[in-house]
Amino acid sequence: MDTKEIKTAPTPEPPSQAAAKLVISSSPHFLNTESVPKIMHNVVTALLPATAASVYFFGWRALLLIIVCVASCLVTEYAFQKKRNKPIKIYDGSAIITGMLLAMTLPAGFPIFGAILGSVFAIGVGKQLFGGLGYNIFNPALLGRAFLMATYPVLTTTWVWPRTMEKAVDAVTAATPLAMAKFEGKLDVPLMDMLLGNTAGSLGETSAIAIILGGLYLRYKGYINWKLPLGYLGTIAAFSAVFWLANPAKYPSPLFHLLAGGAMLGAWFMVTDMVTSPVTSLGQWIFVIVAGILAVVIRLFGGLPEGVMYSILFMNAFVPLLNKHTRPKVFGEAGAQKV
Amino acid sequence: MGHKTFSRGIHPSYYKELTSGKRVEAATLPKTVTIPLQQHAGAPCEPLVKKGDAVAEGQKIGDVKAFVSAPVHASISGKVKDIELAQHPGGFRSISVIIEGDGTTKQWGPTGAPVDLSTLSAESIRESVRDAGIVGMGGAAFPTSVKLAPPKGKAIEAVVLNGCECEPYLTADHRIMLEEPEKVVWGLRALMKATGASKGFIGIEENKPDAIEALHKAIGNSTDIQIIILEAKYPQGAEKMLIVAALGRKVPVGKLPLDVGVVVNNVGTAAAIYEALNWGKPLIERIVTISGNGVKEPRNLKVRVGTSFEEVLNQCGGLVEGGEVEVLNGGPMMGIAQPTLAVPVIKGTSGITVIAASVIKSSVYDACIRCASCVSACPMGLMPYKLGDFGKNFRTADFKDWDGVSCIECGCCSYVCPSKRPLLQWIRLGKLKVRQEAQKAAAAK
Repeated sequence: MDTKEIKTAPTPEPPSQAAAKLVISSSPHFLNTESVPKIMHNVVTALLPATAASVYFFGWRALLLIIVCVASCLVTEYAFQKKRNKPIKIYDGSAIITGMLLAMTLPAGFPIFGAILGSVFAIGVGKQLFGGLGYNIFNPALLGRAFLMATYPVLTTTWVWPRTMEKAVDAVTAATPLAMAKFEGKLDVPLMDMLLGNTAGSLGETSAIAIILGGLYLRYKGYINWKLPLGYLGTIAAFSAVFWLANPAKYPSPLFHLLAGGAMLGAWFMVTDMVTSPVTSLGQWIFVIVAGILAVVIRLFGGLPEGVMYSILFMNAFVPLLNKHTRPKVFGEAGAQKV
Repeated sequence: MGHKTFSRGIHPSYYKELTSGKRVEAATLPKTVTIPLQQHAGAPCEPLVKKGDAVAEGQKIGDVKAFVSAPVHASISGKVKDIELAQHPGGFRSISVIIEGDGTTKQWGPTGAPVDLSTLSAESIRESVRDAGIVGMGGAAFPTSVKLAPPKGKAIEAVVLNGCECEPYLTADHRIMLEEPEKVVWGLRALMKATGASKGFIGIEENKPDAIEALHKAIGNSTDIQIIILEAKYPQGAEKMLIVAALGRKVPVGKLPLDVGVVVNNVGTAAAIYEALNWGKPLIERIVTISGNGVKEPRNLKVRVGTSFEEVLNQCGGLVEGGEVEVLNGGPMMGIAQPTLAVPVIKGTSGITVIAASVIKSSVYDACIRCASCVSACPMGLMPYKLGDFGKNFRTADFKDWDGVSCIECGCCSYVCPSKRPLLQWIRLGKLKVRQEAQKAAAAK
């Protein structure tokens, strides 16, 4: 038939008066109930056991430091978002996590002004200068900690004994298990104390059990991939075991390495940071294995007693590269992994 | 658990209980129908009737010579009121034949025992299937006769029937398998005969135990057909996912199922083939699941092709009052949102899903936090968060390099994204740009 005969139907009338308004969108039309704030708030919840442990072992001073860091992070986040004319999203919980994590890596006696400075650096330089949540390359809390380490090398390593220890009476400066192992050759810190947190060290790092509790909560909620914390800890254990087996008198045991310093906090809360860890399975394996080896190498052969922070920051820098070169194989694609 | 499946994918809430226990009922005969001349993937039909013609139910009213096409038939008896451009549920306008019914219906039905398949040739089955206008009834509406005519040198070893129905809300296929298992099995044998395949498989998700039992009964002791129970996971019903889960064969990138010796058809298609070959009934009606939280009485209805969504929804108590609703041709994962309720039910309409209120997604999204949820969900092994950015920013070369064209548009990435980024929408944009560039390059030659 002649196409000229074909006419266009008039725009259809709305079906009826009571008709609801029709919405148009691209598929899929229904989504799951996850959200960025939900994830972040769960991480905050997971950090509560470690927070409680830090207050128990180091007293109210610990709580004060945590509050100061969280508040400074929130204020910094607000100021940057306001200045950049971005929507204010300080309630998404991500700045709270940065503040909590930063505080947990500090000694209980750390000065308040230093904590504020570290928080401003963590959020301002570590996160907002890169473009805010999702765009930062390095873990903001660790970057803040590294900044303080460079700025106040003495204050960041001046430890106090936990108030639960009898030595607390003559509370001059204390030594962490890692420092004792490195500088004094003392490997006899009771592992049970290290598991519970009854040793000198950073606020939230000493109690392995409280951190694991939080980590398991996150795993249960499905917000962390098991291979990140376990891969990191497993590498630390395996790699340190090599040295320990060769010379148990000189090198600390794998269990000591796992429980000492920031290994637990790093494994469960920093390696697992979504923004700064790889998205591919192979990339994640490379990330945790290299970071684990680096942590042990720094601990045993570096100038510092603790290597967790730098091992993670170092690997953060490789994440974009890892994501690019460890792409999964496309379904039905011949040949090996894309490189 | 422990059933066969594919890698990755998602486990959405299915809400199938709204309609899975409801028998298929006949919808009331529509007074007018709007029958688009394009209801299939491929070339649109030319009208065979003109304004004022009297047409009988089942009469062919549109056809075209092209290989990839399927004719359309009058779904009611009456008079051609007009032929005009009308809104199509696929989101565009298509030339459509509008028929005003005279209220009479034709009796289609058993004329005795089912035809003995050994008396039919492969060629005659193919012709009858094409003549009846049968297309894939799972939603994509690819002409079935084309699948039955593989190019020379490609042998078909197996026909897989898709009874997964992995889309949330939809239960039309479930009800067909439960209520008419003999038709499904007979249709599968016809498909095997037409393709020369020696083996037939029916893939069903484990969440439909009653359908599995009904099909087992219909198959009896025969060994030519095997039921494969699959894990309930989305998109289990995607062709490539179904083949790898059921047979362990991976369709290579850019290839078709027949390249691995397989043809996949929907269970509804098999039942339609039964009716076409035994009763001479073309594809003029289909089972549609009307469900969702935006419709008052969810049902499974047998609807004539061309019936308007509005008429169908009115038979389901209508839409919930107040607020916004999204009316979809299909399920919530892959369905297409409709701008008007005047659109007709077509051969590929497996469901009309109406979602309302809280289920409707917001258009606000956050920055990507690289949580890797989309990477872990993508059944094709792609990196959706990257492809989304490439698509959004028209980085077509990068989009191609990261295999964006392999996307099957299942929507898993958008579904799992905690930042609510419309990843699939951006990936579609990327695919469109790739197509446009290819067209431009072809035109320049």
